[in-house]
Amino acid sequence: MNLTLHVWRQKGPQDKGKLETYQAKDVSPDESFLEMLDEVNDHLIKSGKDPIAFDHDCREGICGMCSQVINGRPHGQQELTTVCQLHMRQFKDGDEIFIEPWRARAFPIIKDLIVDRSALDAVMQAGGYASCHTGGVADANDLLIGKPVADYAMDAAECIGCGACVAACPNSSAMLFTSAKVAQLAVLPQGKPEARRRVQAMTKAILDEGFGNCTNHYECEAACPKGISVKFIAKLNREYIKSMVPSSAE
Amino acid sequence: MILDGKAPTGPIETSWDRHRFDMKLVNPANKRKFKILVVGTGLAGGAAAATLGELGYNVEAFCYQDSPRRAHSIAAQGGINAAKNYPSDGDSIYRLFYDTVKGGDFRAREADVWRLAQVSNNIIDQCVAQGVPFARDYAGYLDNRSFGGAQVSRTFYARGQTGQQLLLGAYSALSRQIKNKTVKMFARREMLDLVVVDGVAKGITCRNLITGEIESYWGDAVILATGGFVNVFYLSTNAMGCSATAIWKATKKGAYMANPCYTQIHPTCIPQHGDKQSKLTLMSESLRNDGRVWVPKRAEDCGKHPNQIAEEDRDYYLERKYPSFGNLAPRDIASRAAKEQCDDGRGVGDTKRGVYLDFQAAIDRVGQPLIQQRYGNLFDMYEKITDENGYERPMRIYPAPHYSMGGLWVDYHCMSNIPGLFVLGEANFSVHGANRLGASALMQGLADGYFVIPYTIAQYMASITPGQIKEDHPEFKKSAEEVKGQIDKMLSIKGKKTVGELHRELGSVMWEDVGMARSDASLKHALQRIPEIRDEFWNNVNVTGTAGELNQQLENAGRLADFLEFAEMMTKDALHREESCGGHFRTEHQTEDGEAMRDDENFCYAAAWEFKGVDNEPELHKEPLKFENVKLAVRSYK
Ligand SMILES: Cc1cc2nc3c(=O)[nH]c(=O)nc-3n(C[C@H](O)[C@H](O)[C@H](O)COP(=O)(O)OP(=O)(O)OC[C@H]3O[C@@H](n4cnc5c(N)ncnc54)[C@H](O)[C@@H]3O)c2cc1C
Ligand code: SF4
Ligand code: FES
Repeated sequence: MNLTLHVWRQKGPQDKGKLETYQAKDVSPDESFLEMLDEVNDHLIKSGKDPIAFDHDCREGICGMCSQVINGRPHGQQELTTVCQLHMRQFKDGDEIFIEPWRARAFPIIKDLIVDRSALDAVMQAGGYASCHTGGVADANDLLIGKPVADYAMDAAECIGCGACVAACPNSSAMLFTSAKVAQLAVLPQGKPEARRRVQAMTKAILDEGFGNCTNHYECEAACPKGISVKFIAKLNREYIKSMVPSSAE
Repeated sequence: MILDGKAPTGPIETSWDRHRFDMKLVNPANKRKFKILVVGTGLAGGAAAATLGELGYNVEAFCYQDSPRRAHSIAAQGGINAAKNYPSDGDSIYRLFYDTVKGGDFRAREADVWRLAQVSNNIIDQCVAQGVPFARDYAGYLDNRSFGGAQVSRTFYARGQTGQQLLLGAYSALSRQIKNKTVKMFARREMLDLVVVDGVAKGITCRNLITGEIESYWGDAVILATGGFVNVFYLSTNAMGCSATAIWKATKKGAYMANPCYTQIHPTCIPQHGDKQSKLTLMSESLRNDGRVWVPKRAEDCGKHPNQIAEEDRDYYLERKYPSFGNLAPRDIASRAAKEQCDDGRGVGDTKRGVYLDFQAAIDRVGQPLIQQRYGNLFDMYEKITDENGYERPMRIYPAPHYSMGGLWVDYHCMSNIPGLFVLGEANFSVHGANRLGASALMQGLADGYFVIPYTIAQYMASITPGQIKEDHPEFKKSAEEVKGQIDKMLSIKGKKTVGELHRELGSVMWEDVGMARSDASLKHALQRIPEIRDEFWNNVNVTGTAGELNQQLENAGRLADFLEFAEMMTKDALHREESCGGHFRTEHQTEDGEAMRDDENFCYAAAWEFKGVDNEPELHKEPLKFENVKLAVRSYK
């Protein structure tokens, strides 16, 4: 099939950036979206132009590196799918496709479709961990965790940190991302001792990093390639309120 | 030269404990005077950086992705082994040790494997304490499954995302240290050279992938944990950025490259379609717990819909050939068996390079919901890529390059022959021998990072004075100039071929000639072709853009340039090893029924190659391998 692409090109953070149009010819339905772009890039290089810069690594839908807004939707229109796992059979001959980077204040554009998502790391550094030292921990089976709890924690832990939720949110909120980590650690016995401190530190960090507030649009859940549920946002809110109530120990 | 692996002697059961006691310590107050550079923040590097930071060392960590959470360890699906014996099915440290030595076809160092098996149990405890959500049963106990090459259930898993969850565990430990300022993280940095001063590793040269700046970093020790190099085949299960660059640059600075010819071809990948493909996707080997592998008995049936091929017309060749392990035969054996069936004209799918992995019997036995629960995400992934539903018709699988058992040579301390240069995880050669069993790479990465290097590096640190050589030393400038020189050269060629095209060319030579089976003739053919492609690269590549900006073509070109040199050494290693073992199958050396034939008399050693310049023969150093606890035997899975 043959496609027309409108791709966001921006040389650097200071550059204004604009959409440019390219043709993608003889695209096979079995190709992935990124393989289609590889081909376009090969043509650009051969005609002496700068290829389109985009982030990607695993191409298996798990590293969370790829990040493109396709026809207005982060990762494209197919549900539960990262760009690298989006296949061209999802498109038709003659389609026009708009390709843009994640847009959010906390994610400055570096070049073309590449943005800086280090703000997500900063949120994790604020408390997205259980503070255990290496070695000297108890036997793994000393902490019993029932299957429903383990499954709940795993559902939350599936977040790949891609930032599509932020890109999809009208407020550029990182609530879904943060809630997933908070919820995972809040239900596990290992994470409980620090739960109050964690939720406070992480919610503060999302504001400090320039993410917006959550006003329940649920666009994040719709865009998330891993199906992270907004129920975790509710859990984060509960954890937050709980953390405000003074505990008898403090 | 004969190399000494410095493995402890005496009874193996206590070797690591005795050795740990004998090693020197660094006083806690002195630790912060030492600076350690950790290149790579996957399982091995992430765990090492976090643990060394926690111990009080000054750590600087580097990765080429935008965040340590994206290292390729994240892609591991199946699971991680440990000798916990929770299911009481007869597992023990000794059995894990035994399986690993045998699985590696007797080409690993016994003491290192013992240590790995011993600390495997600590790894599971550590990860659980971090909040890694391993699968549990209703009573709350950890669940296990089995993997290729083992007859016990010792594999711990987190759905089909074990690597991701373990990496997030290490990443969270690392995040905590970054917050505590014991670790300074440098993301989007690519190490392009090792700085060696008077024979000792003292730093690295990096390119800042955003600004293009060439940066120098000094350290009292350098740890490479940069993962695997099977992208030398172009199509592989590795991420696009995986490369040999870091370890190859170290090789050019004098580190020995050990057993590069031992590359693992994984049996359960989604077959290639079309010629524009950029990578192959792995389907976790755990699928072979419930999936039965078969091809039609008759070539005429291969074009039929699989569900129309009667039971008696199917050849369940793994169950037939290896009755005691059946579908769980180790990877090298299962891969070769698949290739044999296809070479025999009984492959399935458009390309005839595929075999079936069939879940019908398992679905009939336990029901689809349970299968879905066990492997659901893999079925989804399969459907996305192939547009076929694996519950309704058997999946198609084919072997693909997957893992590098070889890597930089290290001694028992994980230190290379260059003092101060340590190598962890997939980047070193140590524990897998000629073949890696499933679920043991994750184990090795974390063992090295959490439980080995914190001890062994202290021994080295206690022998040096901290901070003696810094970035102002002339070697740093020299290294930076060299790196810049190579970059300028690549940018100046302005030829006709893209990096991608040349990488494909190299890949097809490597796959055809140095792939699943090699012969004297095929290897010699590769040795003729590789320099030709390398020449073409240096005369006809077209790298667009400039050095002083984010330039992905330039990144890829640099990685390919290194592959083009590395590939030659890998092929030479394969040519010199006149035997078949594990992932290295020389067609001249097989038994009558097509099994690998090892030659212990002449090849029971690790081959460590010293680089002598691009156009010169590398020099071979041997580390003889002694098997005192597991008897050298023909590896049979029948
Ligand atoms: C698809 C797939 C599935 C797998 N499944 C399993 C499984 O189920 N069980 C199992 O045990 N094993 C599995 N493996 C193998 C296992 O995942 C890897 O061997 C292991 O994770 C490697 O870890 P590592 O820390 O050595 O390297 P990696 O995780 O690859 O990390 C490499 C690090 O080095 C950095 N790096 C590399 N080069 C440079 C450079 N030049 N400069 C700066 N940084 C650099 C990268 O940024 C990264 O941080 C699988 C592998 C793949 C590919
Ligand atoms: S919650 Fe979903 S969309 Fe957001 S970062 Fe995680 S995986 Fe991506
Ligand atoms: S490239 Fe890794 S998730 Fe898309």
